[in-house]
Amino acid sequence: MAQTVAQPTATSPVLPAALPLKAIAPWAAFFGILMLVLLYFVGAEQGATAVVSGEGVHEWVHDARHLLGFPCH
Amino acid sequence: MNSATVRNLLVRGMLAGLGAGLLALVVAYLLGEPSVDSAIGYEEAHAPAHHHEVELVSRSVQSTAGLATGILLYGVAFGGMAALAYCFALGRVGRFTPRATALLLSGTALLAVYVVPFLKYPANPPSVGDPGTISKRTTLYFLMMLLSVLLAVAAVIIGKRLAPRLGTWYATVAAVACFVLAIGLAYAFLPVVNEVPKDFPAALLWRFRTSALAIQLTLWTGFGLIFGELAQRQLAPRTGAVPSGNATPVPH
Repeated sequence: MAQTVAQPTATSPVLPAALPLKAIAPWAAFFGILMLVLLYFVGAEQGATAVVSGEGVHEWVHDARHLLGFPCH
Repeated sequence: MNSATVRNLLVRGMLAGLGAGLLALVVAYLLGEPSVDSAIGYEEAHAPAHHHEVELVSRSVQSTAGLATGILLYGVAFGGMAALAYCFALGRVGRFTPRATALLLSGTALLAVYVVPFLKYPANPPSVGDPGTISKRTTLYFLMMLLSVLLAVAAVIIGKRLAPRLGTWYATVAAVACFVLAIGLAYAFLPVVNEVPKDFPAALLWRFRTSALAIQLTLWTGFGLIFGELAQRQLAPRTGAVPSGNATPVPH
């Protein structure tokens, strides 16, 4: 892959260098999964599947779920 | 140093997602809630048996605090994921400034994450949808979303591979054509879901769905602009003084 080097000069727009994959991977793995779990609780918990029993989560985010396009009930 | 850059971008992405979520919340409350209320009115008028269930969360809480919780968490979650995708895209998708990369990414995300799945499985107001098929509909929706995101990533990679041979313009056209073709096939082969009750008002369904689209448009546009600004300041702090594009060089 082409690695452009950022050269902050006064004459050209600053183009960012590509970040090495090794630096991104741990953040992507950990936070990627965390964000997906968050999304699951907003979008699908107590609909098709349930981790927490009852209807509390579903009822609480009911309107958001409809308006964000997730199948609700 | 690079790890710190990723961390800073991630934090800024989640903050930008929160900010964009606030904008989307305003749109959802003003445009979306009236149609949700009308749909619930329809539902109550057409309930087969009058069931006296204990209301777990009242309507006034659902339409305010509940709505805010859902949309803000959605904003933060997608903000974080978009920031991670941004770390991959930065400097790899072409010669774009940090700000332009952010807007390009959020536009692509709007399409891949929302618009493409929405065109096959659109958002439904309360009283549209059979509770018995919720598992199937949830699976199909998330499958369509996953497929669309993976195909968008594949299209970007294809475009990058073709660029040296075809040039950037034709490589982009070819990659987008591949994406459209693959999505068309997915649309054709995935099952149709139509559970709109026969006498559900068409105008209400239209209003609900356009407001759902408006929420996403606000969210992703807001994210692109806010995150772009934050990323630009982080990655190229002196750019404010630099004329962009084809500016004439300033003599030293």
